Amino acid sequence: MNFTTPPYLIQDVSVQRIMLQVLAALLPGIAVYVWLLGPIVLLQIAIATIACVLAEAGMLKLLNKPLALFLGDGSAIVTAWLIALAFPPLSPWWLIVVGALFAIVVAKHLYGGLGQNPFNPAMIAFAVCIVSFPALMSQWPPVDLPGGFAEHLALVMGTAPRLDAMSGATPLDALKTALKLAEGTQAVPNILADARTFGHFAGRGWEWVGVAYLLGGLWLWQRRIISWHAPFAFLAGIGVLSGALWVVNPAGFASPIFHLFSGGAMLGAFFIVTDPVSGCTTPRGKLIFGFGAGALAYVIRVFGGYPDGVAFAVLLLNICVPLIDLYTQPPIFGMKNK
Amino acid sequence: MLQQLFSFKGGVKPDTNKAPSVQAPIGTAPLPRLLVVPLHQSIGGMPNPLVEAGDRVLKGQLIGSADQWLSSAVHAPTSGTVRAIEERVAAHPSGLPTLSVVIEPDGQDQWIERQPLDYQALEPERVREVLRDAGVVGLGGAVFPSHAKLSAAKAVAMEELVINGAECEPYMTCDDLLMRERADDIVRGSGIFRDLLQPKRVLIGIEDNKPEAAAAMKAAVERLGENFEVITVPTRYPAGGAKQLIRVLTGKEVPASKRSPEMGVQCFNVATAYTAWRAIAHGEPVLSRIVTLTGNVEQARNWDVLLGTPLRDFVALGQARPDTNGYLMGGPMMGFEMPGLDAPIIKATNCIIASSARLFPPPAPEMPCIRCGACAEACPHELQPFEMYWFARARNFGKTQEYNIFDCIECGCCSYVCPSHIPLVQYFRFAKSEIWSREREKAMADAAKARFELRNEREEREKAEKAERLAKAAAAKAAAKKPEPADNATPASATSGVDAPVDADPAAAKKAAIAAAMERARQQRESVQPKNTDGLSIAQRKEIAEIEARRAPLQARQTALDTENTEPQRTKSNDQ
Repeated sequence: MNFTTPPYLIQDVSVQRIMLQVLAALLPGIAVYVWLLGPIVLLQIAIATIACVLAEAGMLKLLNKPLALFLGDGSAIVTAWLIALAFPPLSPWWLIVVGALFAIVVAKHLYGGLGQNPFNPAMIAFAVCIVSFPALMSQWPPVDLPGGFAEHLALVMGTAPRLDAMSGATPLDALKTALKLAEGTQAVPNILADARTFGHFAGRGWEWVGVAYLLGGLWLWQRRIISWHAPFAFLAGIGVLSGALWVVNPAGFASPIFHLFSGGAMLGAFFIVTDPVSGCTTPRGKLIFGFGAGALAYVIRVFGGYPDGVAFAVLLLNICVPLIDLYTQPPIFGMKNK
Repeated sequence: MLQQLFSFKGGVKPDTNKAPSVQAPIGTAPLPRLLVVPLHQSIGGMPNPLVEAGDRVLKGQLIGSADQWLSSAVHAPTSGTVRAIEERVAAHPSGLPTLSVVIEPDGQDQWIERQPLDYQALEPERVREVLRDAGVVGLGGAVFPSHAKLSAAKAVAMEELVINGAECEPYMTCDDLLMRERADDIVRGSGIFRDLLQPKRVLIGIEDNKPEAAAAMKAAVERLGENFEVITVPTRYPAGGAKQLIRVLTGKEVPASKRSPEMGVQCFNVATAYTAWRAIAHGEPVLSRIVTLTGNVEQARNWDVLLGTPLRDFVALGQARPDTNGYLMGGPMMGFEMPGLDAPIIKATNCIIASSARLFPPPAPEMPCIRCGACAEACPHELQPFEMYWFARARNFGKTQEYNIFDCIECGCCSYVCPSHIPLVQYFRFAKSEIWSREREKAMADAAKARFELRNEREEREKAEKAERLAKAAAAKAAAKKPEPADNATPASATSGVDAPVDADPAAAKKAAIAAAMERARQQRESVQPKNTDGLSIAQRKEIAEIEARRAPLQARQTALDTENTEPQRTKSNDQ
């Protein structure tokens, strides 16, 4: 007699299929990225993927876990793509590798591997690198990037010196710096009128990356891979705070739309705070987690010293997850009026 | 009248696969060569065997009587000869043996004298007894003795009686066919339940994938002039769970800590209502049931099968395909694999599914939980299965209880949706059984401790009493030595006599009162506690009876002596 257990019917789902759909949802964003900066973006993604998969395989081997089963789940590739997309394009290869190794080895496997990490691995990679290499992590190329693939490749491989023309600030950083330099003499609308850096509603070109992430995220929601709670609350966190300040002082603060489509807002909303492992699990918990991360991200990006605040905000909220989950347990069947 | 439906959260929608087994009408399964009838086929006490090997039994003859209120009788499914009363493999995932009556049918199918009753002329309590003695239990699969569910709560008026024809498990169609073909008797049986419980409304819930059954039930209700409401509910597993169906039809949520009558609602399966009617109005106890035979077979169909039919004989009716690798009892969501072809069809057997690797592929390797929360979304009791899994795995059973593990109905929705293929239900069963066994152990330890303390107390008390008696005897002796012929009463007789309460010593009076109370308690216990001679085989009982007969004269003499010695105390306790 073989010991089989009910239920004998199992839905055709797997971790692998979930991860593949997350990867698919990133494709529109990647496509816009490539359209803006050229195929060098794909190389960055490839570097991150190879580094993450090798690190994953090494750790699995070291920990005596079934290699094929766990490599096949695709979670390392998701981490890799998120790192590649969160890091500045044209980052030197080793910067991405450092981030990838830290994410997989420390943030994931030293905490127990798949399903056990309290912190979002990609955000750990970002945080470690921006603290360790602040200059490199703050250099974002302009969208009308000069040079072809060969020049970009040389930059990434570190065989050519980094030129000023190839690096600048993110639109968020540009706004912050301009406001600081102007010391109150320039209003935000004037600064945003600079068509070299700013576009229709956020950073020139970058705003479309945000739109593409939004579309990918909505598809994930429609596929029921993610629930609406965390992304909605995250965007609400950014929107409410930026909206309030913008209404009070439109000369000193950019509009909610600008903030929602700048930096890591959309990537964070649909691909970072939705990470089930490091995020909250209860519906109310997801709302609190998302809103907290969004609000904190806004505070850090506007008032803090870093170009964007999504990574730190998410990590800080990751710490609170067990507590939030504990206090937001939904009432169970038959106990709702107690 | 437009019925407002409620919905329950969670649930899943697996392929129902019900079509193959509803093509043919209910067939009557042929008599097998041997019937193996387990005595314990319901929740509650183990029925006592009433026959012995070699006895000839008639169809419907009681072979196992309910041994307490929460128990249910078992009958001979056909006429024949009892070949053995022995341990046979049970229709249970454990495959452990259970005491069974093995009957060789004589092919005559000769009934006992059946006694149709007019239940309306009977006391309600008598109707419940008839149902118990006819072996009527919940045929939805839970086999809870039905008579024990037929009393309304004292403080709460019964509002709704729910008759469950939802049948949400995939593959299963036994209730569907029963409703199509025997709707009248289901409605009549529901009438019995209605009269016993006196609810305001009777709601018959049927999933909307069974339009023929719903139509048949509606027609029967109309034909019989009842005001029952036949309501189709959306098809979503586990809509046929009692609590889910009650929720959908009445909006009431019965928590694990409550019984449904406390919320003014009670629920019975359609097949239970059917057997209740047959038992009362035709005098036919539960001898057979409708079982769906489906899955990896050439001939999927519903059969009216005698209880005790070995699985081997039953599945032969369906012609299993060569790649069949086992048989499930129950549906694919909550059923289990039968331990072997010798296991019998019992009252709980609603469906037998021939399984194959094609129908039910072996589960993919278990991955770590990624806390995606799909299980929590699917849980019809709105639990957090992944949290309970986490703590069950860590053997932190206290925490699993904090996350309400005992509200889990083991419906399997969580395992069904888990992308990591974690057998969550198994973890929960494990945790529950661990908690139960720990509680049992604790209860036993507590009882042992209490016994030990009582014994110490008694020994001390006896010691003190003995010392007192000795002291008094010595005093009496001393007094007797003194020449005082005027006083005949000795102090010893004063304490043991009727005038003891007059005695100036209050401590002695208290002691006597305690001793009397203990004696009363002992007598009460003896009258309530089952004797250890219950549940023995016929042969053992015979032997005991012979011994008792030899002992009787001796015992009579002993009792006479005892009575003399303890006369004062006995009179006292009899006064109470």
